[in-house]
Amino acid sequence: MRETTGAKSFRIATIAILSIFTIVPIWVMVISGLKPLKDVQGAFSWWPKTLTIQPYIDMWQTVPLGNYFVNSVIVSSVATVLSLIIAIFASYAISRYNFRGRSVFSTTVLSTQMLPGVLFLLPLFLIFVNINTNFGVQLVGTRTGLIITYLTFSLPFSIWMLAGYFDGIPRELDEAAKVDGCGPMRALITVILPTARPGLVAVAIYSFMTSWGEVLFASVMTTDANRTLAVGLQLYSTQTNVYWNQIMAASVVVSIPIVIGFLLLQKNFVAGLTAGAVK
Amino acid sequence: MSATTTTRKSGAADKAARGGKRKTRKAGWWLPYALLAPAVVFELVIHVIPMATGIWMSFLKLTKMYISNWGNAPVTGLKNYQIALDFNSAIGAGLLKSFLITAAFTILVVGISWGLGMAAAVALQKSFFGRGFFRTLFLIPYALPMYAGVIAWKFMLQKDNGAINHFFFDNLGLPGARPFWLIGDNAFWAVVIVAIWRLWPFAFLMLMAGLQSIPNDVYEASAVDGAKPLRQWSSITLPMLRPVNMVLLLVMFLWTFNDFNTPFVLFGGSQPPAGDLISFHIYNASFLTWNFGSGAAMSVLLLLFLLIVSGIYLLFMNRRKDRA
Amino acid sequence: MKIRTFAAAAAIAALAVTATGCSGGTTNSGSTGGSGTTLTYWASNQGTSLENDKEVLTPELKKFQDETGIKVNLEVIGWNDLQTRIQTAVTSGQAPDVLNIGNTWAASLQSTGAFMPFDSAAFTAIGGKDKFVKTAMDTGGVPGQDPTSVPLYGLAYGLYYNKAMFKDAGLTPPTTWEEMVTDAKKLTTGSVHGMTLAAGSYTENSHFAFINAAQNGAEFFDASGKPTFTSDGVVNGIARYLDLMQTDKVVDPGNAQYDNGTKAINDFANGKAAMVLSQNNANSSIASQGMKDNQFGVVAFPAPAGGKDIATMVAGINMSIFKNTKNKDAALKFVKFMTSKDTQNTLDKSFAALPVLAGVTPTFTTDSALAKTFEDIYANKSKPLPLVSAEDQFESTVGKAMNQMFATVASGGTVSKADIKAALTTAQQAVEAAG
Repeated sequence: MRETTGAKSFRIATIAILSIFTIVPIWVMVISGLKPLKDVQGAFSWWPKTLTIQPYIDMWQTVPLGNYFVNSVIVSSVATVLSLIIAIFASYAISRYNFRGRSVFSTTVLSTQMLPGVLFLLPLFLIFVNINTNFGVQLVGTRTGLIITYLTFSLPFSIWMLAGYFDGIPRELDEAAKVDGCGPMRALITVILPTARPGLVAVAIYSFMTSWGEVLFASVMTTDANRTLAVGLQLYSTQTNVYWNQIMAASVVVSIPIVIGFLLLQKNFVAGLTAGAVK
Repeated sequence: MSATTTTRKSGAADKAARGGKRKTRKAGWWLPYALLAPAVVFELVIHVIPMATGIWMSFLKLTKMYISNWGNAPVTGLKNYQIALDFNSAIGAGLLKSFLITAAFTILVVGISWGLGMAAAVALQKSFFGRGFFRTLFLIPYALPMYAGVIAWKFMLQKDNGAINHFFFDNLGLPGARPFWLIGDNAFWAVVIVAIWRLWPFAFLMLMAGLQSIPNDVYEASAVDGAKPLRQWSSITLPMLRPVNMVLLLVMFLWTFNDFNTPFVLFGGSQPPAGDLISFHIYNASFLTWNFGSGAAMSVLLLLFLLIVSGIYLLFMNRRKDRA
Repeated sequence: MKIRTFAAAAAIAALAVTATGCSGGTTNSGSTGGSGTTLTYWASNQGTSLENDKEVLTPELKKFQDETGIKVNLEVIGWNDLQTRIQTAVTSGQAPDVLNIGNTWAASLQSTGAFMPFDSAAFTAIGGKDKFVKTAMDTGGVPGQDPTSVPLYGLAYGLYYNKAMFKDAGLTPPTTWEEMVTDAKKLTTGSVHGMTLAAGSYTENSHFAFINAAQNGAEFFDASGKPTFTSDGVVNGIARYLDLMQTDKVVDPGNAQYDNGTKAINDFANGKAAMVLSQNNANSSIASQGMKDNQFGVVAFPAPAGGKDIATMVAGINMSIFKNTKNKDAALKFVKFMTSKDTQNTLDKSFAALPVLAGVTPTFTTDSALAKTFEDIYANKSKPLPLVSAEDQFESTVGKAMNQMFATVASGGTVSKADIKAALTTAQQAVEAAG
């Protein structure tokens, strides 16, 4: 099919403008992380007058970035895995069963997307403290507390997306498995999950990114022991200086794993969305 | 939304199948509840109970005199709401202004992000050399941890040493004084641009996924009929993307209206009035002045507003769908 | 079959929770009594980075443990987080045993009732109230009540000036506001400005609103604790400070987005401005920018002719003990240790703080003239910020209003005294409504 000139110029213009819009901040981030502190405090230049990797070395000293990195990885990974497991069960129930309270559940879960975080930040903190007082489970200042919080943040969207995906899988498949003597759980694990892989990847990516980037709750729920990167990056502006070059260098470092991971899995993500949420 | 409509169908199938398999169904009646149990527990602990607590807080005089001992906090009934809604007082006027700014912010950010996402999705619909590269590139702002992207913008938007002013005044040589971006009235545009930068790739992603589910032969058929690209877009693409758009716009609306992170990272502790988005406004109202009762009341008002808007939206969309 | 699979999955989930359940730190643990006790201590960020603070404090804490057998778990908290962390601690009761607060918050935090009042027994335990400089002790809380905090580090504002620039222009350091403005005008040439201010920082702005108003003899709160933001003395004081940018034009409008003091200090150290108003812990920042100690001098921030000679509010860091601590005795021992002469000498040096103990020689600088200047400012030309529970609201409402006024001026608008009064009226309403 031939393309009209109008369509072609539209395509080129769109791609050019959006590419610039996308790249500029990334370029600034990368290039400023390679400048000495004096240069980032002075007038901006698109190319460093002095190229140095010193910020990439110093940043581990200014702030215990390594610890925060480990915290972020653990919190985000565990939250993602748990969220995925819980979402699979819930979505399976919603997609395959008709039971009393189903619509109440769906509506409630979706409407949590409207909750302003500020409304339940302080109450949640209090509940965590009460759990500690009554059951002896330390949640504030531990990774466990963050994991529980984050896995719940990504649950609503995950359940909704996965339920959509499961709906798209023909019921004949699990019916056939049941005829072969499988229970519903077995059918879920052996038949549905393998078919739903793109959907699962999509949900996992979404959960991971939600946890990796959260700032508000992390700023209240974390102490030295469980501080995540999102909060840790703010610590480069200290009482005596704002280390812009180290902030940028650290931003690059914390972005690389998630950007690469996302880009590697993006095909799955799109496929998951197509079959699940977007249908 | 799509999940609910399809499940309704499968629910009907369930009922149809009931007669023959009565025994197994009865034995496993608890299974869906067991499957839901973990999700319910977490939702209760993290979302529902804290929300209920928050609503309860909104009826208390919860200032710093009482904060360390909630039991003694006097119940003030609707007083916190009265103060928040008294638009002649400093607090009410501040809240109203913040609400209006947020409304304008949301309309601009959602509208433009959707437009950019749609343009990019259409531009990358047909395969050409380098398509994969651009698709990857466009997704980076979405994949980037939010604070990293916003901090880079904050750095760029400085008046004297920022890249934006450097480009316009040093590279392009525009005359006149360098404007501020992070304080004064321009702060509004700054936060709008940064929010769009973060959000549009999501629109792009969803719309791209939606476009992939439109079969190619629909376009070919209409091209044979002599339809121009613009007409194809309005007569095929747009209607086919309706279910996607319905959800996409709602989700983007809710996220943008509740956006806390962008102003929080962009402006830090001292937000300019022009960039005073409502979540951030409420956060300051509660944490900066220690008036958690009043902050909770404002949050509840915000929640009510979002519930009403979403409810009307869904009702309206579903009715149109039924009619169509 | 189906139950087993489900149980297995649930077990995996449970296992994952417990596997991570033991990670992370705990706070507020330990038993009562001396030896074997563990205290949790939240320190504010005083050094060049959180890590730097830890390096400075750890040897001291070790010394304390050797002396008393009490272990101290240290957490250094950045200023961005400190207030929120204190709030959640107060709200929930899950708190450290001992913590640092900005001394300007003392009265506000006292009103929460979450902190232990230092009664005479407590003062005896830490070595007596009289060991502290009176100026510093005055910030401990609302007058007439047992204070809930004791001074730890003293800080004061001074007017830093660039010696070479003053010499080249044939100027001597100013002794009155008018001289300061005249000098600043002379020194403003090309890209160099006479002064630089952290005009986008609401805390700095509220401090200078207070100092300038105090020079006019005005108060932000009356004796009964009611806000009086709109009196003429306050309006004129703010106008005077604002005019440094608006009419005197000795401050770069770009300063309106300096949201913390360090940016102004950088400008000063890099020769972009001849004078800067800063607290005495600026020396290390200045040095880190390559300006040597002998290249700058400090005088008291001058009052206008005929005004009250107030050059600073009593700035600094105080120490508080949480009321519900299980280790009160150990906490008191720790406060005593931290406010002892030896510890103070070491820490004042590292953090460039003024002594809060009476009769102690400052160690924050080797320059005795500089030390004398700051000691004089701190002891004789200072006034504590309002010691009322609404102090924090004063800082945020007035400070933010000033941010906005500076922003208006910087982007080419004008701010009249009527505008200032209107902004202060709004701020006052907000404080009244919250009270």
